[in-house]
Amino acid sequence: MADKTMTAEEAVSRLESGMTLGIGGWGARRKPMALVRALLRSPVTDLTVVSYGGPDVGMLAAAGRIRRLVAAFVTLDSIPLEPHYRAARESGSLELTEIDEAMFLWGLRAAAHRLPFLPVRAGLGSDVMRINPGLRTVTSPYDDGETFVAMPALRLDAALVHVNRADRLGNGQYLGPDPYFDDLFCAAADAAYVSCERIVDTAELTKEAPPQSLLITRQVVTGVVEAPGGAHFTSCAPDYGRDEEFQRRYASMPWPRFAERYLAGDERAYRAAAEEDA
Amino acid sequence: MSSESGKGTRTDDGGATRAEYCVIACAETWRDAGEILASPMGPIPSVGARLARLTFSPDLLLTDGEALIVRPDGTVEGWLPYRAHLELVTGGRRHVMMGASQLDRFGNQNISCIGDWARPTRQLLGVRGAPVNTLNNPTSYWIPRHSRRVFVEKVDLVCGVGYDRAAGARHHRLARVVTDLGVLDFATPDHAMRLVSVHPGVSVEQVREATGFDLVVPDRVPYTREPTAAELRLIREVIDPDGIRAREVAG
Repeated sequence: MADKTMTAEEAVSRLESGMTLGIGGWGARRKPMALVRALLRSPVTDLTVVSYGGPDVGMLAAAGRIRRLVAAFVTLDSIPLEPHYRAARESGSLELTEIDEAMFLWGLRAAAHRLPFLPVRAGLGSDVMRINPGLRTVTSPYDDGETFVAMPALRLDAALVHVNRADRLGNGQYLGPDPYFDDLFCAAADAAYVSCERIVDTAELTKEAPPQSLLITRQVVTGVVEAPGGAHFTSCAPDYGRDEEFQRRYASMPWPRFAERYLAGDERAYRAAAEEDA
Repeated sequence: MSSESGKGTRTDDGGATRAEYCVIACAETWRDAGEILASPMGPIPSVGARLARLTFSPDLLLTDGEALIVRPDGTVEGWLPYRAHLELVTGGRRHVMMGASQLDRFGNQNISCIGDWARPTRQLLGVRGAPVNTLNNPTSYWIPRHSRRVFVEKVDLVCGVGYDRAAGARHHRLARVVTDLGVLDFATPDHAMRLVSVHPGVSVEQVREATGFDLVVPDRVPYTREPTAAELRLIREVIDPDGIRAREVAG
């Protein structure tokens, strides 16, 4: 069976400008930040990013890599509003497809199930319909005759997610309380790159955790990246919590200074700089 | 005009504070709600939901704000990750109390941005789950600072759907709006917002003044009910001993 391990750089080298990229996690929680940092060191740009947005969106927006964002919100959780995303919106530097959280989930599900759309009871009556003029409705063919939004599939060229453990084949395990939507991101994508805190032998995965913690099946995974601290500064329960101090620095530092200090070198340099400044 | 609401803030020892009237008003949102999930957003609604659970609505389910369903003492009784939470919303077994950056007379709510959506003057959170909430489960709102900035004639972007735009959607129900000044609902023939009660120390005029549209005001506006001694003790000693409520609403 294929060993799918690769470096973050190798994973990112398979991405191309103009792609539609799904990013897992939620807000400032279990974001694949090592992969995002590798992406920021690459020349890839002009992206359509699909995300329950956190600092992944803020950083890629600040670096001018996002042409279009598909999201229901962008937040840092303990800092409610993402400052770099905010600046990008207020300066008009990115296009936005703003949809409801449930519409987002139904869109991922439709993509994972190879359906063109799924009906969802959300969006009607709200301005989501006005700001997304391409959205269509569908009427129930049964006696109820109710009208729904036909949420189009959010098919992705690639997905980036971060989990606690994985094996070399691409089986991914989460050990925290919430899977978020990471398995759906992978299933909705043509290629999925899974970073993890630690790569372990397959048998190790279920030694101390139940089989239902195996969130991602290798079938939908293209590459596995071992990235200890790979979600930093977002949380990766139970391995570590959010680095609130670093997040405050990220939110308050001018972007060029932040990028120069933390993103000029490789992942090891990032860790060293973060530790030095702690 | 009100015949019951007058002037003067209660300052006698042991009397309830404004924040505590807000807690009571939020708690009442979940009275007789049965075995549903209370989804409070913000400190005072959270204290209110726990108070309701510990007193008159013992069947309520509470979340820890993340992936767990917990009893008031923190005992875990269920698992509710985001995807299951969204299913619970669409299944309707939930009553959410959301915030609002803007709210209009029919209950349209905005948390996305201020100004033109295409190029906002202030980007806020985003529509989040407001569209799905308002079409699927009972929805209430909590406004910690009642002002003309929040209560506007027309919201800049409709996230949560109000009565005039819901077109009678089968599961649409906006229950109440609790603010630092009083309680409002939509129990009028055309579902325009109506003043239900003012918190002691607040005048009807004060509410009118802080509202940017013409509010429906009945001839008699009662005060928000007094907390019982047992409720005050629960709020002060059990649920919120650190007084987080007073940091959200002074007085």
